[in-house]
Amino acid sequence: MTKRIVVTGIGASSALGGTAPENWRNLLAGVSGAKTLEHDWVEEYQLPVTFAAEAAVRPETVLERPVAKRLDPASQFAMVAAMEAWADAGAPDVAPERLGVDFATGIGGVWTLLDAWDTLREKGPRRVMPMTVPMLMPNAAAGNLSLHFNARAFARTVASACASSVESIASAYEHMQLGLADVVIAGGTESAIHPITVAAFASMQALSRRNDSPETASRPFSASRDGFVMGEGAAVLILETEEHALARGAKIYARLAGAGVTADSYHITANDPSGQGAARAVKLALEQAGATPDQVTHINAHATSTPVGDPAEYAALKSVFGDRVHEIPISATKASTGHLLGGTGAIESVFTVLAVQERVAPPTINLVDQDPEIPVRASGEPQPLDAGPQLAISNSFGFGGHNAVAAFASYDD
Amino acid sequence: MAYTTDEVLAGLAELITDETGIDASEVALEKSFTDDLDIDSISMMTIVVNAEEKFGVTIPDDEVKNLKTVKDAVDYITNNQ
Repeated sequence: MTKRIVVTGIGASSALGGTAPENWRNLLAGVSGAKTLEHDWVEEYQLPVTFAAEAAVRPETVLERPVAKRLDPASQFAMVAAMEAWADAGAPDVAPERLGVDFATGIGGVWTLLDAWDTLREKGPRRVMPMTVPMLMPNAAAGNLSLHFNARAFARTVASACASSVESIASAYEHMQLGLADVVIAGGTESAIHPITVAAFASMQALSRRNDSPETASRPFSASRDGFVMGEGAAVLILETEEHALARGAKIYARLAGAGVTADSYHITANDPSGQGAARAVKLALEQAGATPDQVTHINAHATSTPVGDPAEYAALKSVFGDRVHEIPISATKASTGHLLGGTGAIESVFTVLAVQERVAPPTINLVDQDPEIPVRASGEPQPLDAGPQLAISNSFGFGGHNAVAAFASYDD
Repeated sequence: MAYTTDEVLAGLAELITDETGIDASEVALEKSFTDDLDIDSISMMTIVVNAEEKFGVTIPDDEVKNLKTVKDAVDYITNNQ
């Protein structure tokens, strides 16, 4: 029998703010987190892209110094978001063997690795810090969260590029269906606004070049879109079996109704233009939710603002929802947050949870000239959702041909 | 210019505080790194590497295991400048 799984806590840190409520407030207000980068390295390396959506609050300023020192910035963001989500959930009283961690990153501790490389070249091997490996490993966030929250059921890591943190939510869903945990700390993180990643993403023509207008650069669904904007940060959802949540009288935001994961096997970076892999992920998520496409009332799109990605997602949605896709309020929140890579699916899931709870689809800013080839129902203003039962999906797709979709249902109906 | 024992103790306490959060006033000569200050081996190595840079000394890996107390470390650094 399918277990009912609910969301009882949320946390987030991104360019829109250091907490989930701050992110949500700024998202609804139409704020852009993108700014010109003020680092010397932009000039030093003559980077072709000079802006990004850096986090509003540096995580090392929130954590105690001995804690922060042992974590790569990616794990610091994870810790900050998880501490917020855990407190928000009322610090659930759960046996350590029934508490799990499903976490994600796209890249891992890239700052730690490259700082250590600089140290090695400048000062020699003796100065390479002993904590280097445990800080740069991709499972560092999962391991540190397990340690901090005394989670002993499991601490697992997903890496599927920009699909990572919806996949970690899907993993949590599966692990809970298997009965392996009553509570799971799920989410994803990334801190990779580093000259090398900026240069590399620019080199593959993936980034917007609107250096003179960072705030309007991320423009999903617009005909003039020219690439994504790098973001950073983390988001966390506390997932709990409904039974466990009700027994302790927890407040419940929404229900994680299902999650679908598929692979394209088409191209290592380009998404299949037919969108069939993505469409199968949507259908799987809905199937697990015991729902049909006509019940979906809101979509948080992956929509990164690249010329090829947005139309492929539209093709996928069109194949699942038919012409009704033009009626469903859709949001492309990367217009505001930038692209958090391995953290993106988690923050968009947090937004989707709040959307079904508060009955509002967040705005898609910078929708200046909507592409006639992508005639979805997006808006620069928040779009109200009706009072009836809500079922929303959050899509994430990643290099490697990964497709992941999570379905969230309103809980108060 | 050589550091005095007091200067080495104060500098070492600073490194220990930075690494572990232990209050510098806790770092007294008779304290054991493991039993009293609860410093694990990775933190110990980090402190050693930072101390080498701060005091301009070399502390061979074989020597680190002999540094049981704060006094052992202060003496080693003071005598090997």
